[in-house]
Amino acid sequence: MADKNEILAGLAEIVNEETGLETEEVQLDKSFTEDLDIDSISMMTIVVNAEEKFDVKIPDEEVKNLSTVGDAVDFIANAQG
Amino acid sequence: MTATLNQPTPVAATQVMGLGAYRPTEIVDNEQICQWIDSSDEWIRKRTGIQTRHRAPADVSVTDMAEGAAREALEQAGLQGSDLDAVIISTVTHPFQTPSAAADLAHRLGATPAAAFDVSAACAGYCYGVAQADALVRSGLAEHVLVIGAEKLSDFIDNHERTISFLLGDGAGAVVIGPSATPGISPSIIRSNGEKWETISMESSLLNFRDTLAEARRAQDASALLDTENRLWPTLRQEGQTVFRWAVWEMAKVAQEALDVAGITADDLSAFVPHQANIRIIDEMVKQLELPESVLVGRDIVDAGNTSAASIPLALHRLAKENPEISGGYALQIGFGAGLVYGAQVIRIP
Repeated sequence: MADKNEILAGLAEIVNEETGLETEEVQLDKSFTEDLDIDSISMMTIVVNAEEKFDVKIPDEEVKNLSTVGDAVDFIANAQG
Repeated sequence: MTATLNQPTPVAATQVMGLGAYRPTEIVDNEQICQWIDSSDEWIRKRTGIQTRHRAPADVSVTDMAEGAAREALEQAGLQGSDLDAVIISTVTHPFQTPSAAADLAHRLGATPAAAFDVSAACAGYCYGVAQADALVRSGLAEHVLVIGAEKLSDFIDNHERTISFLLGDGAGAVVIGPSATPGISPSIIRSNGEKWETISMESSLLNFRDTLAEARRAQDASALLDTENRLWPTLRQEGQTVFRWAVWEMAKVAQEALDVAGITADDLSAFVPHQANIRIIDEMVKQLELPESVLVGRDIVDAGNTSAASIPLALHRLAKENPEISGGYALQIGFGAGLVYGAQVIRIP
């Protein structure tokens, strides 16, 4: 179990590893596609790495609902619930 | 007392004896693709790795391409068509429901009366074909089997759709499989997952096309007819994200399993030749498998695009030509695609 700040920090590391973006740029209100310029393939890589890191399942059909970093943090927090 | 049946005498080991390739001369670059879809050369390269793909002209068929690849593979194997006991063509783009492309090819090669049949396993078709050929030879039912992955995908795409058409190219790659003194083909993994049948699929069926065409004719509505032809001719579609996830993380496990059942590790490989679906799938698989840098990786997709069943033998042929020192080394090959189906094995490179 991790709190939302820990999830955000963990997610930022995953995004950094996949895209090279600085971790500070990964904020809750940032859109994966619009703000962070993450394409669908990188998004899948991030999703799979997040599943492993946080020990949750993020189904394919759920991924399209995760438009912002905050959406992803909330989903992971709830899934860990 | 019931008489005892004869059964064929098995042979202990098999190998790939020759490789062949056919690449159509017509080249389609990303600039041309961008006339059809709103994209850019940079976008396509970044997301797929593809710079060009080969496409065959109207007068070159799947069987013509298969023949070109087959003749080269036979030559390297030191065999003639008459030495073949079976001809297998893996294809999803031979435009006849029947007869098979393989029967025509067997005749062209002088292989008659060799067994001849087509395999429909999409991008896994070549690995399925190798598994089948290996089993035929080891069982003693055949001595030499020709396996070809041959595709003219350009006949079954819609240049204006964005999920898959711009990735696809035409071509053929062939191997000849025969008996060996030492093991040259590992136990194959060939499997399916029909639950994901729709993730890569034709958008409509031929029956749908026929019926809508007939309806437009009855109504004597020429505009509907034109629209019908544009919309309903069966072309390929895919759910890219779902396929990407499956291809990388599920298929990397299968590739590892293929190594395990072969009784070797990644350190023993000379080459890794995955289906050429997308450079980022290939790169991610290499990462997942933790391949040592000494292992050459097939990246033919950059110039050839995704050629479905032809992609692995084309990439293998290129690696072997450009790096003759890998002859005698092991190549891990894995195909995966519409079905969903997948197949993998390790072969000794001829």
